[in-house]
Amino acid sequence: MAINSDVLVIGGGLAGLTSALKAAREGADVRLVSYKQSSLRHASGLVDLLGYTPDGEGPVTDPYAAMGDLHDAHPYKTVGVETVREAMGLFDDVTDYRGDHTDTNALVPTHGGTVKPTARYPTGAAAGLASDDRDVLLVGLESMVDFDAPHAAAHLEAAGVPFDVRGETIRFPGDLQADAKITRYAKLLDTNGEVAVRGRKKGARDALAERVNTVREKEARVGFPAILGDDHTDAVRAALEEKIGADVFEVPMGPPSLPGLRLEDRLFEALDESGASFETGNPVVDFDADGDTIETVYIEKNGAKIPNSADQYVLATGGLVGKGIESDRESVHEPIFDCHIEHGEDRYEWFDGDAFGDHPFASFGVETDETLRPLTASDSVEFENLRAAGSVLGGYDFAAEKSGSGVSIATGYVAGENAAAEAR
Amino acid sequence: MGQTPHIAVIGGGSTGIGIARDLAMRGLDVTLVEQGNLTHGTTGRMHGLLHSGGRYAVADQASATECIEENRVLRDIASHCVEMTGGLFVKRPEDSEEYFQKKLEGCKECGIPAEVISGEEARAMEPHLAKDIDKAITVPDGAIDPFRLVVANAASAEEHGARIETHSKVTDLIIEDDEVVGLEVEHASGEGKRIHGKEGGTEEIRADYVVNATGAWAGRIGDMAGVDIAVRPSKGVMTIMNIRQVDTVVNRCKPKGDADIVVPHETTAILGTTDEEVEDPEDYPEEGWEVDKMIDTLKELVPMLEEARTIRSFWGVRPLYEPPDVGSDDPTDITRDYFLLDHDERDDLQGMTSIVGGKFTTYRMMGEEISDHVCAKFGIDAECRTADEPLPGSEDFSVLRDYMDEFGLRSPIGRRSVERLGSRADDVLKTSDPNPTVCGCEGVTRAEVQDAISQSGSDLNAVRIRTRASMGNCQGGFCSSRLASELHGEYDESIAREAWDELLQERWKGQRHALWGEQLSQAALNYALHSTTQNRDNDPADGEPVDFAAFDSGVSASDASGTADVAADGGTRNGD
Repeated sequence: MAINSDVLVIGGGLAGLTSALKAAREGADVRLVSYKQSSLRHASGLVDLLGYTPDGEGPVTDPYAAMGDLHDAHPYKTVGVETVREAMGLFDDVTDYRGDHTDTNALVPTHGGTVKPTARYPTGAAAGLASDDRDVLLVGLESMVDFDAPHAAAHLEAAGVPFDVRGETIRFPGDLQADAKITRYAKLLDTNGEVAVRGRKKGARDALAERVNTVREKEARVGFPAILGDDHTDAVRAALEEKIGADVFEVPMGPPSLPGLRLEDRLFEALDESGASFETGNPVVDFDADGDTIETVYIEKNGAKIPNSADQYVLATGGLVGKGIESDRESVHEPIFDCHIEHGEDRYEWFDGDAFGDHPFASFGVETDETLRPLTASDSVEFENLRAAGSVLGGYDFAAEKSGSGVSIATGYVAGENAAAEAR
Repeated sequence: MGQTPHIAVIGGGSTGIGIARDLAMRGLDVTLVEQGNLTHGTTGRMHGLLHSGGRYAVADQASATECIEENRVLRDIASHCVEMTGGLFVKRPEDSEEYFQKKLEGCKECGIPAEVISGEEARAMEPHLAKDIDKAITVPDGAIDPFRLVVANAASAEEHGARIETHSKVTDLIIEDDEVVGLEVEHASGEGKRIHGKEGGTEEIRADYVVNATGAWAGRIGDMAGVDIAVRPSKGVMTIMNIRQVDTVVNRCKPKGDADIVVPHETTAILGTTDEEVEDPEDYPEEGWEVDKMIDTLKELVPMLEEARTIRSFWGVRPLYEPPDVGSDDPTDITRDYFLLDHDERDDLQGMTSIVGGKFTTYRMMGEEISDHVCAKFGIDAECRTADEPLPGSEDFSVLRDYMDEFGLRSPIGRRSVERLGSRADDVLKTSDPNPTVCGCEGVTRAEVQDAISQSGSDLNAVRIRTRASMGNCQGGFCSSRLASELHGEYDESIAREAWDELLQERWKGQRHALWGEQLSQAALNYALHSTTQNRDNDPADGEPVDFAAFDSGVSASDASGTADVAADGGTRNGD
């Protein structure tokens, strides 16, 4: 017998989590299934709405204002600007992210030393904003190759930031392996674990602060790579702020990204609180349909195919990165329901010759009607009870626009709301 | 002639660098100029096969004999560049039995150790071979790293006093009274090791003799001297797989044909190749069908290639040369032999010899012959020592060392680093500073990267060919920013940024021919990491000034302890 729910959400990234959360809040019985680790662990943990227009104008100061000028196929156009605001309201309600006091984008320093426009940022990144004019000290760790503080500082200076910025590299207290995972650093700080410094035992937080104090001059803000704890990040930051006597912030990093993982944890917590159920680690491999209605999807678990039935389905499996969209030498396809994806016939039409050129692959995804139901090549609805959200949608280049999180949250919200409304 | 003759060698591929090393070891004064990086031309664009000679054993036995001889020499003098994988010539049911026998006999005639094994035995060696392979001939083919080999030759040449100038293009030859007396060279960025962003300049290099070792580009140099060198460039595609589907070189036992070899190379396998004449060695079409042909044909030998992940493709041009009166139409008919063109004898132009044709495997032998030729010009009686003296990194070297303890590196990173560095491992890896891994795909540590930077300056593509950093699955997606950071400190931020962009673009170039399936996903991830996480596509350091004051400056420090709701009313520092 199948596992039943009103709404079944496939995918555990930002879009899937938002749509499950919204549908549950609307009173639906919701189940979320996800296969791979969500791409949140690859993401910086910042939540962007729109940083650049599709024409490359930017950085945009007011993302909502800029959404009005988007082309009609853009997901923001499909759901409408006001709905984007509502969706962000839900996000703000369940997280402690900052930036909701204004419509204006923030500019956040990146680990390579650029700044990028974003709409919401974790509390831990707040003191690092680039429009704040207080001087900054960036602190790098000797063996952490993803964040070279002097290099990032010099790059920020070249970017014209309105403050003085200096980078110093220190050795993390205690004898961690040169290749230690970032979670090792985070854990030591979370627990204030004992480390040996010149034969004396000290708490990791104190020892780290002491090393920073030997290189800090008068900077009012001190930035670290995003390793400042996992479970107790606020406490780690507060302890460092007290001992250093300056505001402390994290610079978002590439994968595996602790801010991304923290956000994922928070959203799963919120989903749990909403009463929805979820299951991770197993793929959806097959489905049954009656005409244009999906009846059951099958999840593969230890070799068995477990049926899951729902009235309404949400496809939030991600784009090319998350493998919600796949390709071979001849074509591009959506692997679960084989929804239509528009693409050039010759694979050499899928990309541009420049690494940062205007890549058609970046916009690969399903096209939908106004309620986010995927459309066939002839513009009819693929399945009347299937909606799509997030990176599996086509028509926008999240990387160039810095719009990935916003589109995921907004379309997840709308898909969840519609699915709940339709569910019996 | 009382002084040491000064020889200018044009071309920093295997041939030129082999000549430079040989002449320098014989005590001559050598300057080598190369328009790009070392290996920029054909050498850097081959499949890394150390020929046993088996390939030529039927049609071109002179080449085959040279190959097996040099195969043995290179195993001795360049052990840290060679992996003796062994090779197989496999026969499919539709392939001719007569040719198979000819191949076997040819190998024996040329002194190439060769044995016939059954299809089952072949599959026991290489489990992914097609089930219907009849039988195979084993030969001592191997894999060789052309980058490492050329860099080691350059280092040896420099140790013997040679001057090696990369990124230095010859713009003209200086000719006085029907004699070539020097070169005009344009340095891309100043003398010495290349530094980005520093203004280049022109230089007149006067020389007693000039050697044109520019391979497919030899005709260009000939044009500058008004002599005709009819090199026939022939292109071939090579497709790189993300893993080694085979551990032995697998050749198809057929007279000739496209897509007939798979060469295991470090972490990858390289599929090759085609043979098609082109007009211009620098500007020829690189087409998707060529890549498809590699996969679709070679899957007849190794079926899993159909579904396997490719990470990039690249094309090389062979510098084929055919003596004027032969006149073949098909480039696969042209001999792989090499020719010395003494322009004095041939064209009444003194002071220059060109070397054309030839194969990578016999680069040293070509170097020896042309060095003999040059020395004869000056009446110098000096022995060639290049077949006996190991290259830097290959002296008395064993990988069977406890590298993990010695260098504090985990396996397999330690093992791979030591294999790459050979006898230089101590010098490079013994460091008291932390030595984290910079390139995870290829296991390249900071110490190795810093060593490469000390050799090649700020050019990250030169660092790449020395270390393999950025040559694995992610094609620089994760490590290009780290490599740029390794440059910073010694070099300014703007130089590091330029090198970073250049590396990204170079890595993108070959990946474009692999953009489907896993590698398209990887490309999308790389693009997202650079554009979304880092905003490198709109790097404010490269673009218009940003009006920082127009953006959110957050909440003031005193509000920071409040909740998000408080912050919403708390205003911002700059009163926005």
